[in-house]
Amino acid sequence: MMRLPWFDYRAPRSVEEAAKILAWEGNGAMLIAGGTDLLPNMKRRHQMPQTLVSVRQVEALKKIANGSGLRLGAGLTLTELLAVRGLRERYRALAQAAAQVATPQLRNMGTLGGNLCLDTRCTYYNQNYEWRKAIDFCMKKDGEVCWVATASKRCLAVSSTDTAPALIALGARVKLVSAAGEREIALAELYQNDGIDYLKRKPDEILTEVLLPQPDGWRSSYWKLRRRGSFDFPLLGVAAAAKLAADGTVEAARLVLGAVSSHPLVIKSDALAGRKLTDDVIAEIGEAAQSRAKPMDNTDMDLRWRKHVVADFVGYALRELRGDDMSAMRLRIAKQLV
Amino acid sequence: MSAPQKRLEVVGRSRRRVDARAKVLGQLRFADDLVLPRMLHAKLLRSPHPHAVIESLDASRARSHPGVHLVLTGRDFPVPFGIMPVSQDEYPLAPERVRYVGDPVAAVIARDEQTAGEALELIEVKYRALPTIATPEEALAHPETRIHDYGEQGNIHRNQAYEFGDVEDALANADHVFEDLFFYEGNTHLPMEQQASLAAIDGEGKLLLSSSTQNPHYLHRQLAQVLQIPAAQIRVIACPNGGGFGGKCDPGGHEFVVCKAALLLGRPVKIGLTRQEVFYVHRGRHPVLMKLRTGVSRDGRLTAMHLQTLLDGGAYGSHGPASTFYTGVLTPVTYELPRFKFEACRVFTNKPACGPKRGHGTPQPRFGQEVQLDKIAEKLRLDPAKLRLNMVTKPGSLTASWLRVGTTGLAECIRKAVEISGWKAKHRKLPPGRGVGIACSTYMCGAGVSIYWNKMPHSGVQLLVDRSGQVTVFCGSTEIGQGSDDVLAAIVAEVLGVDTGVVRCVTGDTGLTPVDLGSYSSRVTIMMGNAAMQAAERMREQIAGSVCETLGTTPERVAFSQGRVFAAEDPGKGMSFAEAVAITEAKLGTLSTVGSYTPPKPPGKYKGGGVGPSPAYSFSACVVAVEVDEKTGWIHVPKIWIAHDIGRAINPVLARGQVIGGVYMGLGEALMEEQVFRRLPPKLSAALVHRIPSMLDYKSLTALDMPEVEVALIEDPDPNCPFGAKEVGQGPLLPVMPAVANAIYDAVGVRIDELPITPDKVLAALELKAQGKTPRIGPARFPEVPYPKPMFVLPPWEGGDGNESKMPRPLGVAAS
Repeated sequence: MMRLPWFDYRAPRSVEEAAKILAWEGNGAMLIAGGTDLLPNMKRRHQMPQTLVSVRQVEALKKIANGSGLRLGAGLTLTELLAVRGLRERYRALAQAAAQVATPQLRNMGTLGGNLCLDTRCTYYNQNYEWRKAIDFCMKKDGEVCWVATASKRCLAVSSTDTAPALIALGARVKLVSAAGEREIALAELYQNDGIDYLKRKPDEILTEVLLPQPDGWRSSYWKLRRRGSFDFPLLGVAAAAKLAADGTVEAARLVLGAVSSHPLVIKSDALAGRKLTDDVIAEIGEAAQSRAKPMDNTDMDLRWRKHVVADFVGYALRELRGDDMSAMRLRIAKQLV
Repeated sequence: MSAPQKRLEVVGRSRRRVDARAKVLGQLRFADDLVLPRMLHAKLLRSPHPHAVIESLDASRARSHPGVHLVLTGRDFPVPFGIMPVSQDEYPLAPERVRYVGDPVAAVIARDEQTAGEALELIEVKYRALPTIATPEEALAHPETRIHDYGEQGNIHRNQAYEFGDVEDALANADHVFEDLFFYEGNTHLPMEQQASLAAIDGEGKLLLSSSTQNPHYLHRQLAQVLQIPAAQIRVIACPNGGGFGGKCDPGGHEFVVCKAALLLGRPVKIGLTRQEVFYVHRGRHPVLMKLRTGVSRDGRLTAMHLQTLLDGGAYGSHGPASTFYTGVLTPVTYELPRFKFEACRVFTNKPACGPKRGHGTPQPRFGQEVQLDKIAEKLRLDPAKLRLNMVTKPGSLTASWLRVGTTGLAECIRKAVEISGWKAKHRKLPPGRGVGIACSTYMCGAGVSIYWNKMPHSGVQLLVDRSGQVTVFCGSTEIGQGSDDVLAAIVAEVLGVDTGVVRCVTGDTGLTPVDLGSYSSRVTIMMGNAAMQAAERMREQIAGSVCETLGTTPERVAFSQGRVFAAEDPGKGMSFAEAVAITEAKLGTLSTVGSYTPPKPPGKYKGGGVGPSPAYSFSACVVAVEVDEKTGWIHVPKIWIAHDIGRAINPVLARGQVIGGVYMGLGEALMEEQVFRRLPPKLSAALVHRIPSMLDYKSLTALDMPEVEVALIEDPDPNCPFGAKEVGQGPLLPVMPAVANAIYDAVGVRIDELPITPDKVLAALELKAQGKTPRIGPARFPEVPYPKPMFVLPPWEGGDGNESKMPRPLGVAAS
């Protein structure tokens, strides 16, 4: 089997202790929660931290607090997240996204914070060391060129988190804690469009909490495109959230695409405000989203086709928001109701 | 076989398979579960180049790395191997030349896997890159870049042509001639168990290899050849395989490496391949380009077919010579086909070697033929099910190519599949976006000839019973998850009238068991089963002859049932099976019988006529329902119905599991599985790599993607088979892919003439349809292949005798 490289292992009991270790160890340390992303990557020699700082035993990261909105500890496993009372009713897109991450076994290990910090993915990168050696490596690790587009100055690896688009659409903020202090930022601000430096988290910062506003009349929906009903990372994620007036007029809306860029792609959806979600309006927004999406040939399935179906998937999400019964379509696409 | 008529008590009843308990409890020991004291670990260094000469290899740093015991290179293995005698083209470690990314060049044996892995990085290999061949078209266009020095010419490994009756003449006289091109992408077996092997030297100094192999006997022979030690000094144990599907039929380089290392070090040496290495070892489905020209009469009967295939063989021979034959030879078995011409060519490319995968060479032409039949039915305005039903081959008939069909339940399969799927109410009658498709297939129940030429039995069974009442059955057959041990126990138990619980199976061990050729070509149930039946019947005769006096009856009237032996006319007068054995043992001494099986001689006597004949053929018919989204091309398969002519199901629950497993694999091949490769921009890199050698990125169906499968087992016992039981391991996969393609046509009116069928291809075809163009996605051209002059054989109904004969008209002159 593939073996892990050697590393030191630390298991702090508190966020403060974990932050201190990170500050002390500097760039040689990495946080590990469920390990479902990091450990396979370490086996393929993508990351070779000298020290792993496990946050699995930090109880504070498992906290769930209702108040003005919902505070979710970043250490909740995705399975635990799905068991949060009222999640599906109040923050449906998040529940739909979390339920479609990987497989049940991986959701039992993988955490919310881990999914938000998920390494970007690329078929030239998510390979073991020997395979990457056979292509003389790539810019994301050990090499110079981006094989996806050899003229590209930046790495084009794909943001593949399901929960981030959903949470951005829901207006989530996240808390980052380091030995030097803490800050709270909008989740969208955590990301930048670069396959290598895809997170604006500083190496010594710990993502501790996700903060969701009160639903306050907002509805949401998440649709995921992937080859199979389980296991696969998204080829496209569509998260839509809207606040609708009693007559169906959109008061405010947010639309976010996943897996078509190196960061979750926020689509300008001002055009929706003051209008009803008619078929025409939905088609218009779908086309706008489609023109923004830039899928590359570095994940599964044909890239032209992946771009082509963006408008359709935006349509599914918006029709679900409108109140259409999308369960038959959901079953065909997702192979399950979520 | 003369089993006295009695009600079957074991055969035909659904039972928990004999190895189920150990599997469920985790007690079964796969090769990778084995641990021995003082065991060392091996890891292989594999080539990062697709095609290169090894200029130098310096392992000195690796040898002095702490914890390293041995480094092996190509120099340690002067003798090549190859599963087929005509293709001895592979070395355990490449000595001079590497031919694909992943070709092994050196091995490190160290105290643990981690250390071995570290030391691999210390081996310095200098390569000189050679031009690469990525496709059959390139292989044909660049004969000067030879991947091997042997073969027919250039990069052509095998090239063959047969003509059974004058096909051009028949096509010229046909009412319609349909010409179609199809492409079937390669894919891999994806067994759950990655290959593992443990070699050790036993107390007597003999070599013992425990390995994930489907064919311990062939491996045994190859080990003797490569290691140059007598076969009697080697024992191979085939551990229960966690799935094989053909991927563990070839000997693997890693198996020779651990044996050599154990011999040199005198310590046990183990290796476990990574999943990526399993993708490199491969031996999976050949990518095949096909051209079919088929003559059809006005009323929908085939008059002739000219089939051409071009196989992408990858870097080595493997089973290639057989694979090449199999892209044609079973084609005439399903439907009456008066004349048949078949040309096949396998080329080498710089990719992992292709070989046998479930269905071995036959899914590809079956896909082409069954999709073409759908087109024929549409053109002639016939129901595709009825078209097929009207021309199924007759029981006991010969094909144009001299294969003996034997029993056939194909007509019944078609009728049943049509009935349970509600075909008549659905085909061409469902709303747009929904459709059903039908397809049929056949498969052999064991290859009629062995991989190496010999006159010995294909399977041997030894049976031991003693006064305890236990029955021990020894056979070289190999349990790869398909249930061969269960079949073995069931057949013996049925004949001796005992429960399978008293039968102990000792299988797949060349040191203990009689030779069986292995778990391939769907041969186990019929060949091992017939041998087991013979051994068990001989045992029953001995017992009957010994106890009849006590029972006051004649030997023929002694009955064996439910663990008792009694007089048939007076069931109260009897004894337990153990008591009967004790009486027999007292009379005859220690009790053991043997049985063996050799397939009948094939009727075709022409050279090459040995590939295709089988003692029996299974048949299947499948209906697939699809829903296609016309806006996105998204394909959803809600249900599959399949009828399989199994002759008789030994253990119906196991047989159904096999059918559903075959459908599962077939649906994966239809919709997503593909072993594909990628080149980088040639100005920047000469790389030629497997795109996705991982279980996550190589897509096969998950449980959620699997539709409901309704299975009908058609049981019409075949006299050549034990209790009439035919194969079920491979056949049910075969009709699934064309049935999916045909269903998609029924749903949205587009033809996808290549596999896998993906949403982007469907959408592209729908766009063509919207533009008024031919709504088809598939290969556009068939390259010029220098096929040889065909061997001409007259069909049985044209006065042939099964030998090669003269063509009735001069070659090269087209019939008028």
